[in-house]
Amino acid sequence: MKLTIKLFAYFRDNRFVSEVREFPDTTTVGAIIDQLGIDREAVGITMINSRHCKVGTVPVDGDVVAIFPMVGGG
Amino acid sequence: MADKIFRVNMSDLSTSIEDVPQAWAGLGGRGLTSTIVAAEVPPTCHPLGPNNKLVLAPGLLSGTTAANSGRLSAGAKSPLTGTIKESNAGGSSAQLLARAGCKALIIEGQPKEDKWYSIALTPDSITVSEETALVGKGNYEVAKTLSGKLGGKQGVITIGPAGEMKMASANLSVMDPDGNLRSNGRGGLGAVMGSKKVKYITIDPKDRKVEVADPEAFKTANRAFGKALVDNQVSQTLKTYGTNALVNVINEAGALPTRNFTSGQFDGHDKISGETMYDIIQERGGKPSHNCHAGCVIQCSQVYNDKNKQYKTAGFEYESIWAMGADCCVDDLDDIAEADWLMDDIGIDTIETSVAFGVAMEAGVLQFGDGKTMCQMIKDDIGKGTPLGRILGNGAGSVGRSFGVTRVPVVKNQAIPAYDPRTVKGMAITYATTPMGADHTTGYAVATNILGVGGSLDPLSKDGQVELSRNLQIATAAIDSTGMCLFIAFAALDDPNCLPALIDLINARYGLSLTGDDVTALGKTILKTERAFNQAAGFNNADDRLPEFFYNEPLPPHNLVVDFTGEEIDSFWNF
Repeated sequence: MKLTIKLFAYFRDNRFVSEVREFPDTTTVGAIIDQLGIDREAVGITMINSRHCKVGTVPVDGDVVAIFPMVGGG
Repeated sequence: MADKIFRVNMSDLSTSIEDVPQAWAGLGGRGLTSTIVAAEVPPTCHPLGPNNKLVLAPGLLSGTTAANSGRLSAGAKSPLTGTIKESNAGGSSAQLLARAGCKALIIEGQPKEDKWYSIALTPDSITVSEETALVGKGNYEVAKTLSGKLGGKQGVITIGPAGEMKMASANLSVMDPDGNLRSNGRGGLGAVMGSKKVKYITIDPKDRKVEVADPEAFKTANRAFGKALVDNQVSQTLKTYGTNALVNVINEAGALPTRNFTSGQFDGHDKISGETMYDIIQERGGKPSHNCHAGCVIQCSQVYNDKNKQYKTAGFEYESIWAMGADCCVDDLDDIAEADWLMDDIGIDTIETSVAFGVAMEAGVLQFGDGKTMCQMIKDDIGKGTPLGRILGNGAGSVGRSFGVTRVPVVKNQAIPAYDPRTVKGMAITYATTPMGADHTTGYAVATNILGVGGSLDPLSKDGQVELSRNLQIATAAIDSTGMCLFIAFAALDDPNCLPALIDLINARYGLSLTGDDVTALGKTILKTERAFNQAAGFNNADDRLPEFFYNEPLPPHNLVVDFTGEEIDSFWNF
């Protein structure tokens, strides 16, 4: 499946901002995080198509997966 | 020497230093300002008349070495909302007031003559002097002039031209350790100070220090508290990207109010994001991390330089950048920084004023995306008090009424900030019910709805949101009484060591034995005191509602509306 992966804050350092990548159909969000060399402990928020998701969720072809560290503000 | 209440009566220019009444002894910050306003201000008075009072109070821990304890509470009846108001700021003044032994400064009355004054506070004196030289000047010039005259260690609280003109969005500016400005932004308290003809207040604690009942216990608790803050991952991203890290998160969640609250996503989001801002700051030799008050270990503030690598603005916050950016469709951070500087200098709330511009853009007064005209109108209309400037300077509601716009995002006439309540449903409850008028800081449901802090709750569903907002509003009212920055909540919600250490700090400072339950009880009492004031001022549950368009205009991309019934909103107060 083809997924758009979007990274934010320091997850972008030495990686990318947004890329379309090919993944096997059963790949979980957690497996994508591992493949990118991001520490799962550092991940604060994951979304698929602008909705929050769990790391065990399997996206489908064409989805947009967003991965954020722990962030705050206000 | 025990802390005192410092009082100034501007009707006859008399002053007094009074013992703290027993009932106020255990209070600080918002708990104290709201208690004093409720006790001494007639709820039906005109906010700009002689019967309103401006109350400034440091928090319970301000002036000590406790990390992040330098927040100042300002209270009064608000000319923007007509409700009770507590508005909170960083800067040095809270710590200096506490060190001077000032539990609260109360400014009351109103001079009959058309003259301006300044107030000078030291540990054993409070004096009023006529002021002429700095009248009409911007906040930056006031801060610079006074720093030069008084030496850098004194505190300054000032109003700009907007406060002098009694605009309902005028703020109080508080000098920070670098001579830059922080703001008690919301609710028009600058207009209250202007109505009392006070241009600025200086605070000189001399060599007085805050007494701590149990210094050893205090040191131990402060170590644990500071560690909880520093270790927290949210604190760490705040230090790098500032609060503006949120632009991309809230945009991705479809909750970034755009084009006067008609979309939840902004095409130009990455151009105004925290990530882009960080790169620009680095490129131009600014400072990505900066503390707004001494002793802050989070350092979410920053110094943003212009294209010539010269200082442009500091404390460049998410809320301001969202409001001028996405809500007005301006995608140039330099235009936004210019507008931010101008508003700080004129002394007007960046949230209220920028949302007012969004409404003005919908009315066709200027075009969406036209940051240059926005800056020019801030300077030449608001800054100089033209009729259009006064319409803008009185806030989003004022612009809506003046131009016949029906999509006006306000609750109790205060502009809704940077999270659309259709897509972050916990915030719908906070905006509707807080006694302050729409205010995100009073019950930051975004943490649990969007950021995964303090657990997680689906932002698109109303399930559990009333209870979440209630718990957050109670906790926040208590935190706002300590002098602590609200950003300690990110650690407090997830680190079990944080809140006990905070309570230990209060106990060690005053020789008390408070428990978590006492702190919760304090938060509840504050909220009920504030609500009782509003009810006596004529507010009822019909005022605890969002504007009509949130119920019938679905917001892209999730295409949801606010779906809480009136009864569900009212159940917030079941405690």
